[in-house]
Amino acid sequence: MTATRTEAAAGVMAARGEDVRQGGGREGGGREEDVREALSVVLDPELDEPITDLGFVRSIEVSPAAGTDADPDDRLDTHAAGALVVVHLRLPTSFCSPNFAYLMASDSKDALSALPGVGRVVVELDDHHDSDLINAGLAADAGYRGTFGHEAEESLDELRWIFRRKAHTAAMERCLTALLRADRSLAESAVGTVRLQDLPAGREKDALLRRRVTIGLPTEPRDLVLVDEAGCPYPPEAVPMALRRARSTRISVDGNAHFCRGLLRTRYAGAGADQVDRPEGAEPSDHHLLPLIVKEIH
Amino acid sequence: MYTKDGEKYFIVDAHVALWDARPENQRNIHGKQFIDCFYDYHRNLSPDEELWPYEDYLYQGGERLMKDLFEDGYVDHAIFQPAYLSEFYKRNFGQTEEAYGLATEHPDKLTYNHRFDPRDGENGLERLRADHERMGFRGVKLYTAEWNGESRGYKLSDPWTYRYFEVCRELGIKNIHIHKGPTIRPLDRDAFDVADVDHCASDFTDLTFVVEHVGLPRLEDFCWIANQEPNVHGGLAVAMPFMHTRPRYFAQIIGELIYWIGEDRIEFSSDYALWTPRWLVERFVDFQIPEDMTEYAPLTVAQKKKILGLNAAKLYDIPVPEELRLPDADETETGPRQPERADLGAQQ
Repeated sequence: MTATRTEAAAGVMAARGEDVRQGGGREGGGREEDVREALSVVLDPELDEPITDLGFVRSIEVSPAAGTDADPDDRLDTHAAGALVVVHLRLPTSFCSPNFAYLMASDSKDALSALPGVGRVVVELDDHHDSDLINAGLAADAGYRGTFGHEAEESLDELRWIFRRKAHTAAMERCLTALLRADRSLAESAVGTVRLQDLPAGREKDALLRRRVTIGLPTEPRDLVLVDEAGCPYPPEAVPMALRRARSTRISVDGNAHFCRGLLRTRYAGAGADQVDRPEGAEPSDHHLLPLIVKEIH
Repeated sequence: MYTKDGEKYFIVDAHVALWDARPENQRNIHGKQFIDCFYDYHRNLSPDEELWPYEDYLYQGGERLMKDLFEDGYVDHAIFQPAYLSEFYKRNFGQTEEAYGLATEHPDKLTYNHRFDPRDGENGLERLRADHERMGFRGVKLYTAEWNGESRGYKLSDPWTYRYFEVCRELGIKNIHIHKGPTIRPLDRDAFDVADVDHCASDFTDLTFVVEHVGLPRLEDFCWIANQEPNVHGGLAVAMPFMHTRPRYFAQIIGELIYWIGEDRIEFSSDYALWTPRWLVERFVDFQIPEDMTEYAPLTVAQKKKILGLNAAKLYDIPVPEELRLPDADETETGPRQPERADLGAQQ
């Protein structure tokens, strides 16, 4: 997780301390913070963003283990007996894909179960067409196949990989298009020889490096930026097409990410306070006042 | 017909519905969840002045549809694309008989498309033949995430779907509208993936596959396969209203579509009653690509005319006044699929 995201998530947490079901303001804030921090490593596999940034965490409730008289300001890891953690998740629509919904919920349960000081973990997905099925599967630790039965064949691993690769493709395009925009003399066909060391430091480069690591690509300064998922560069004549394909992926990922955020805000009043702004693909309606200047036909 | 700045636009709304989602027709919680999901789309993407009350959204009826499309909405011709959702609604979601009745009453204004579900097997094939004999449709709408008993989805490349496509070919049902949804079997896969369209478009080159929502949320996969398959089109249902809330995103969608598949295979629709056509037509005619998006050329009046009606009119042989017709554009820079590149595309 990047520093930027940690800071952003912390900012949101500070802003919304009163929203949590625990309802305790400062009381127990330390423990809730630990839970939220743990959940921030859970990504929406399709959008490649933490569920905590997307506003998908609806509530967090931490209760001391039965029989203990804990100081509410204690951090979780002081509760050797094991606290009860109850987390509710929410999604932008009832009809978000159940496979993605399951992944986020089960990843959440895994992340929380690994937290020191936690005894029992209950993760529930609210208001989804498969809520009953998924919640029962989670409660029983039934796994993907145990949850979905005949609808599940092997695993959701390949599904995850498809979107990790797309996230890398989009990050790669953002870096290269930024270069092209900054230097109008740079030809599209020339981006095939751009190396990591040629990219300016910043959010976009950090994101690219992180996604390269995720899919197992090297991050040496001399490595080429425009590569396929196996790390292979493109021959010069294939570079413009590779960039264009990557662009359509980036547009799609950004568009979906913002539409999902918007739908969540529509569905749950006040959910916007739980979302961290996404600058990539942002528009005036996402609270960024960008001027819209249109082309003239000559 | 819509006229602006001396230009006349022939409007075909290529995806409309007549639905009944009122509580008395809801079979279970999913019926409510489904229409609520539509209503959230409506609330999220509509301008304030176009917002409908929830009650209006549940059911419109034929009279209101005729007014919204043809009196207020500039539409010259509209095409019904039904969704049954019989697992969610007692008398189905899309009101097939009422839609068919309206289309029979107004053949100059309305075209009725039908549907089938390949999981209905031989019985469904017989029904398709019988329905076709009675209603004489030229297109069908397929919703691959439709629930059907134990199954919650199918692929267009499934052997049974191919059996149905063969019958479509035989009966002259040449336009296959495709809508992907959140479920598929097995759930291991991405339900929105359009790779199966690639397969059937290659195997049924005499059929036209119109991928609704231009493949959203998988625009990139759609552009790639449609680029390679000349008989794949993109329907703009649900993409259109992004013009209002997310104009830069919409500009990129249109820019990408024109780059990858060209201006002759993109069809406008309001997706009525998700939205009404009037504001979408007005705004699309006024729409332009933002100046800083140097990767796209500005939209031309001819491109807008094709997208708003001429392309769909061609698919359904809807008569267009002589003076409003336009010639096809040249092939896109990316060109049609070369056979040797087909496998490369399929691997990705």
